[in-house]
Amino acid sequence: MIQATRKNMTGPAREVNAILTVAYRDVLKFLRDPARLVQALIFPIIFIGILGGSFQSNIVGEGYNFLTFIFTGVLIQTLFQSTTSGIISLIEDRENDFSQEIFISPISRYSIVFGKILGESLVALVQGIGVIIFGIVFGVPFTLGNALGMIPIAIAACLLGGSFGLILLSSFGSQRAANQILPFLVFPQIFTAGVFNPIHNLPWYLDFLSRISPLRYAVDLARDVFYAGKPEYARVVLAGPLTNLTIMVAMFAVFLFIGTTVFVRSERNK
Amino acid sequence: MQQEREALDSHRDGYAKQFNNKHSLLVAENAQATQPIITVDRLVKRYKRAEINAVDGVSFTVASGTLFALLGPNGAGKTTIISILTTTLNPTSGGVIVAGYDVVKQASAVRDNVGIIFQKPSLDLNLTAEENVRFHATLYGLYPFRPSYSMMPRAYREQVQELAKVLGIEGELFRPVKKYSGGMKRKLEILRSLLHRPGVLFLDEPTSGLDPTSRRSLWEYLKQVREQHGTTVFLTTHYLEEAEQADSICIINKGRVVSYGTPAQVKAELVEEYLLIDAQDRTRLRTELQQLNLAFEQTPLFKVPLNGGNIHQMLKAIETPLTVVETHTPTVEDAYIEIVGEKR
Repeated sequence: MIQATRKNMTGPAREVNAILTVAYRDVLKFLRDPARLVQALIFPIIFIGILGGSFQSNIVGEGYNFLTFIFTGVLIQTLFQSTTSGIISLIEDRENDFSQEIFISPISRYSIVFGKILGESLVALVQGIGVIIFGIVFGVPFTLGNALGMIPIAIAACLLGGSFGLILLSSFGSQRAANQILPFLVFPQIFTAGVFNPIHNLPWYLDFLSRISPLRYAVDLARDVFYAGKPEYARVVLAGPLTNLTIMVAMFAVFLFIGTTVFVRSERNK
Repeated sequence: MQQEREALDSHRDGYAKQFNNKHSLLVAENAQATQPIITVDRLVKRYKRAEINAVDGVSFTVASGTLFALLGPNGAGKTTIISILTTTLNPTSGGVIVAGYDVVKQASAVRDNVGIIFQKPSLDLNLTAEENVRFHATLYGLYPFRPSYSMMPRAYREQVQELAKVLGIEGELFRPVKKYSGGMKRKLEILRSLLHRPGVLFLDEPTSGLDPTSRRSLWEYLKQVREQHGTTVFLTTHYLEEAEQADSICIINKGRVVSYGTPAQVKAELVEEYLLIDAQDRTRLRTELQQLNLAFEQTPLFKVPLNGGNIHQMLKAIETPLTVVETHTPTVEDAYIEIVGEKR
């Protein structure tokens, strides 16, 4: 006798339900793990407090506040990197705990990916709030207007980070491989994207690396908004908001399409 | 050593040949007996870059509402088969129908109709028992997603409380799962997997690592579930006494089926049932057995194969006073060791 399966929800409603479930679990896990929260905030504090403070006091001549410059970079980098790492954790999850449960459920693999990106973006945004609080404590002039302007940029940075994580995820077979290669893909971007170093003038090879770094466009878009109307705008930003946004959308679409397709296919074709 | 191994290999090959003829008949018989809920037909799986097939032409059926046990040594292909049946792995070739749906073309419908308990616990240890259950419920679209228990629909809360009562964990429903014992975790997983009323429950070595009390209580709970819901249970296990309870068993080795049928069929097919007797006057007993035309082996006790004969009549026919009378009825473990050729 086959028992009638309960089907209270069907179609898109069921998928949305599943996406929310996957996302909520990530947020809940993050909030229940204070060690991860502290860890997530230590680097931003070092970068903004120590690096920003020392640059500001010792390097002059660029004509703008280094602390603020680094703050905008670190905020976006935190959001981007947190989402990227969160997505890559799917590799580990695949072999462990509750995620086996997720992969065996009757929801689409695309919903799993979207739920994961949404959840990790929310986790990153919580961390972003922490970074902003530290920035204000260290004296960054962060107004309510800045905060409102930053919200869509922060979400865009998370989504780009998530899609970047997805393309990496689809390329790695194991968590070990990911852990070994990831630092070489993520860490250099901090420099090539100009998180705390000006990149207006770069030798050709560094300029090339910078232009293929997704983080560069997210950081620059944040500075587009943060420095809008300020005298140092031209010295700080690299490209206009529309250019940055267009490149980000294009990268997001390509990463998401290729990453999801490869991930979904590789899930069952071992 | 080498000779022994060769002898063992040739012994197993013999079984394989003997089995191949019977096997196709059994598949057909079982399929006819009751409507199968699982049909596996010439299933082959070769992993990428592998030189041999992990699953090599496996066929069997599982009748609806029965307990089916898949046995085999480590690396025999059990987990590969279960992964294909639960749609997390694509087969290389062959056909698999679960609950009326094709595992490749209708994967989502299959997932809707199966529950699975993995070898490694698949609970989120950071969450409470209720949260683990709730996430399953909303993931499967049984109830709309809500961020807390109190916001969930009443029907859900009632169902959870009821299930918690069965497990005796009403008071611990909101405690983190990491504080649960191994046995409780397994029960919680089973509870969760039954929430969507699956037609087939897959259990991949569910009792490994559990103490005997937890194992027994888990089996009692599973029995209850089968009786109440008519759920088909598909089991892989290393504890062979658990397979004794199965309605049918399938033993695989190196990706191939080496024996398949009811436990009685498998045992009868592979291990002899015999009578072990002895007498003070062994010469008289030997002569008498020869006169009775009974085949025997002296080890030094007299081992008399039953070959389907009646024990009572056999004993009645022997007049020599006996000092030892023992019957040897094979277990599934005997059959398993005979086939696989390695003690577990």
